[in-house]
Amino acid sequence: MLAHELPRLLNGTPGTPLTLGQHEATFATTFEAASLLDELENSGLTGHGGAAFPTARKARLLRDHRGHNKVVVVNAMEGEPVSYKDSTLLSTNPHLVLDGAAILASIIGAKDIIVCVSRDNPTAVGNVQRALDERARAGARGPQFNLETAPWRYVAGEESALVHWLNDNESLPQYRPQRPSILKIRHHAVLLDNVETCAHVGLIGRFGAEWFRTLGTSVSPGSMLVTVTGAVERPKVLEVVTGTTLRTVLEFAGADPDPQALLLGGYGGAWLDAAHLDAPYDNETLAQWGATVGAGIIVALGRDGCGVVETQRVVQWMANESARQCGPCAFGLPALSDDLADVLAGTRNSSQALQRLEHRCGVIEGRGACRHPDGVVRLVRSALRVFAGDFEGHAHATHCAGSRSGNVFVAVPRLEKESELVWE
Amino acid sequence: MGVRRRSGVFYLRVNPILCDGFGHCHELAPELVSMDEWGYPIIRREPTPLSDLATLESARFAVRGCPRQALRIERVSEN
Repeated sequence: MLAHELPRLLNGTPGTPLTLGQHEATFATTFEAASLLDELENSGLTGHGGAAFPTARKARLLRDHRGHNKVVVVNAMEGEPVSYKDSTLLSTNPHLVLDGAAILASIIGAKDIIVCVSRDNPTAVGNVQRALDERARAGARGPQFNLETAPWRYVAGEESALVHWLNDNESLPQYRPQRPSILKIRHHAVLLDNVETCAHVGLIGRFGAEWFRTLGTSVSPGSMLVTVTGAVERPKVLEVVTGTTLRTVLEFAGADPDPQALLLGGYGGAWLDAAHLDAPYDNETLAQWGATVGAGIIVALGRDGCGVVETQRVVQWMANESARQCGPCAFGLPALSDDLADVLAGTRNSSQALQRLEHRCGVIEGRGACRHPDGVVRLVRSALRVFAGDFEGHAHATHCAGSRSGNVFVAVPRLEKESELVWE
Repeated sequence: MGVRRRSGVFYLRVNPILCDGFGHCHELAPELVSMDEWGYPIIRREPTPLSDLATLESARFAVRGCPRQALRIERVSEN
């Protein structure tokens, strides 16, 4: 593979996963790393599941942790409803992910690898199962692979919830007072990484850190998968070099070139004003506007949409997806959703609701066991900032044109009743 | 004599999963715990010096008085 060529992860056709033979032929290499962990460290790879934590630091923490029978968990839950990157990757190149997991297992000394796929995504489950069967038939030596299918919930992909599910069959986040904390499956330490991160590790193990750093910025090198939805012809998963401008990403995705705003990072992400379209798409730049790359999600909000309506729909769904374990999340998020609905209604209570919204954001933040409520607060705060004019308008019953048109851009799944939510 | 020099700070921490909003902590340690509109504790995020014995005492009362045993005191030594 050439250094400056782009399809790194998506080297193949989505929908027809490479077989083990094809995979070995495509990614043939003569590279031999002296120390895989050092290669990982030098590559500067950060996690692609949303938090962008340095992968090497996490691996080193687990390597230095004592104990036998450590476990590597590959997180393919893809909790974000507007993200398709993980399933696209698995339907293109599942063996690359498994390679990466095997490398991580050899670094930390794990004997077991668990690939967690949402059972609501049968295609991805099938792709992983087929890849694992091929490996078993080829008689590959090394760690033992297992496939687990957890229920699809927004918070089920959170690492402690996923480990809780593997332990006790309950997809509920756990309280972890110490940070950094080491999660355990039946007393065995767990290294948990996103599918895309594992695929990058697989590539670094084959071609080395230097090759990896030939693309991207110096702080966050390499490439990444981006799901672009919203004001596009159809949702698209792209592989882009980190630091590409947002305008270029939108152009490649065939999106509306003049959106009103972008939702970055996912449902727990942040809105970004369209004035910043020429900014490079990486965490360092986006941080100054309170946004992150997150799980590589871009939702373009067209000019004929309304940011307040979209935020309300997302927050309502997020409130329903709360695990209802912590009071501030279980009661606070529905309260935020109701406040937003009040603002939209444009009645006498609306300006009060707007003030209450800002106050409640401060009350809820940082008081859950996981980061679910914090994500919603971040979304609401960014909406208050970016759509300040629209919020004022709605609160004084002068609705914007976007809300009257009834167009919606962010795909929000059906609201399930509380009794319908499956956690185990 | 008898009085140990106390250096360092402490935080009162709540496990939000265990907490069911009984509100005893707010009654027992009002200087550390205020309440949100749903009855769940909002605990002071700034550290309290361990030399503040009165506050430490009420924090201990709150820990002991919590029906769900969701509270604990986290000491951070200064060095």
